[in-house]
Amino acid sequence: MKLLFGRPKGLTPTNQRYCPGCGHGVVHRIVGDVLVNLNIREKTLGIAPVGCSVFADEYFNCDMIQPPHGRGPAVATGMKRARPECVVFSYQGDGDLAAIGTAEIVHAAARNENITVIFINNAIFGMTGGQLAPTTLPGMRSTTSVKGRDVTKQGYPIKVCELLAGLDGPYYLERVSVHSPKQILRAEKAIKTAFQNQIDNKGFSLVEVLSLCPTGWGMTPVDSKKWMEDVMSKYFPPGEYRNKGKEAK
Amino acid sequence: MAEKTLLKGNHALVEGVIYAGCRFFAGYPITPQNEIPEYMSVRMPAAGGVFIQTESELAAINMLFGAAATGARVMTSSSSPGISLMQEGLSYISGADIPVLVTNVVRGGPGLGNIAPSQADYYQATRGGGHGDYFTIVLAPDSAQELFEFPKLAYSLAEKYRIPVMLLADGLLGQMMEPVELNYEPIDPKSIPVQDWWLTGCQGRERRVVRSYDLGPGKLEEWNWRRWNETYVPIMKNEQRYQALQCDDAEIVLVAYGTSARIGGAAVRIARDQGIKAGLIRLISLWPFPKNILAELAKKVGDMLVVEMSMGQMIDDVKLATEGKTKVHFHGRPGGGIPTPNEVYEKIRSIAGGKK
Repeated sequence: MKLLFGRPKGLTPTNQRYCPGCGHGVVHRIVGDVLVNLNIREKTLGIAPVGCSVFADEYFNCDMIQPPHGRGPAVATGMKRARPECVVFSYQGDGDLAAIGTAEIVHAAARNENITVIFINNAIFGMTGGQLAPTTLPGMRSTTSVKGRDVTKQGYPIKVCELLAGLDGPYYLERVSVHSPKQILRAEKAIKTAFQNQIDNKGFSLVEVLSLCPTGWGMTPVDSKKWMEDVMSKYFPPGEYRNKGKEAK
Repeated sequence: MAEKTLLKGNHALVEGVIYAGCRFFAGYPITPQNEIPEYMSVRMPAAGGVFIQTESELAAINMLFGAAATGARVMTSSSSPGISLMQEGLSYISGADIPVLVTNVVRGGPGLGNIAPSQADYYQATRGGGHGDYFTIVLAPDSAQELFEFPKLAYSLAEKYRIPVMLLADGLLGQMMEPVELNYEPIDPKSIPVQDWWLTGCQGRERRVVRSYDLGPGKLEEWNWRRWNETYVPIMKNEQRYQALQCDDAEIVLVAYGTSARIGGAAVRIARDQGIKAGLIRLISLWPFPKNILAELAKKVGDMLVVEMSMGQMIDDVKLATEGKTKVHFHGRPGGGIPTPNEVYEKIRSIAGGKK
């Protein structure tokens, strides 16, 4: 009997602890597929964040490290510079990358470190119970903005791709979403490109993935998809924000 | 024949680190250790290694974490405020059992303090410094020669026990120029034995994970006790290091490390010239604390004098080691003050006179 669809070898058999409707599982699967399809799993070093995907070190079937909150790009820099023959990726959420780790991601991008970053933006702190994230939308409710994000007191969301696109350093920046099959296919292509760039020694490649958090948003998975389509992806428009590969052509 | 040359302490350290086979340095500028990254930025690439000037000390210590986890011999240097920022990383590195070398060229504190030599980071260095139950091995060089030699010792300890090692120097040692003998053959980094925990890609083996967390019930307690029994207890038993100067017939024993020990040694010589039987225990390892020799001496010496460039931190460990069996006196200079041999001698004289 031929197996037509199964768990990719890029993921371990461990059961993932994500909530129903969460986007992490989809993105994990894409990364797991890419590690196999590009034949890099056995030379890849992965970096787990702090947040819901802190357990990513149990899920990706490659050598993994779990550093302090937000410091993934610094750890990735150390690993890649010490072992340039390895493929190094940092998997980070919005609290990890756009709040506590803002300095590390900006400077890794400015140095055009030859690493791959998968950035999950779900506009909320999931692991700690739904607090305001640096990417929480204006007016959006969280457990630390119960009447909705008040931009006069809590400021505006950080748009990471737009922010990093202001730098000369990064090679590739793209924002995608995983709320529909069409978007997932696009995310697959972007994540594959971000790894291929590293293999080709092109430099810093980041894919921002707009991801669903029904639990943190207080919505059903179905409503979450609709909210992503109608609201969140309008505030954070998907698209290519930097692609030096295309610019060069 | 070993090459003899004249080097600033900070430059001697860079040579020592390269000689010891380190090929990865990441750091952020801060006075009084700037000669280290400056010289390193030329010397390390010339040796085929990696030099990164980072955006912060947080980034520096985490670059070390990543590089060391792949098997690289690594070093960062900083001074007190920067070392405070590194404590988060040191806690994670300790929790993940990764060997790294960190040099603290200590300056006056707290806060921005000043840029004068100090020993006020003793507590931070010897008590772990960051959150959680852990220790780092702390070595206190007292000359440019030792700044050259100690990296080799530090890496051998760090890798033997899988633990961070800190060299605790100060601005005076870093800035002082002294003759240095380059007294061993440089270590080829390729000769460093491959370890079964290095992250190198899982080709032909099971995947490996480097981490400091375990949420399983009872798991972290088990892990901490294992580190206590297999790492910390053997270190405390086997790695106490010190030098004894004229302690055999001493009636008053000075206890000091680093710059204070150099000054203390001069004070002991003055005291001996004046007929006072003074001696010096110069501590080389601050953690593990050389408590055995102090416990031994406390049985026969009536007075000990702790000399520190702080309000008094190491004195606590001396009191713990001597368990009230001897009087423990103190002479300290906080906030970047440096004691003179004469003022230390005056303290010795008043202790000796007080006994008569």
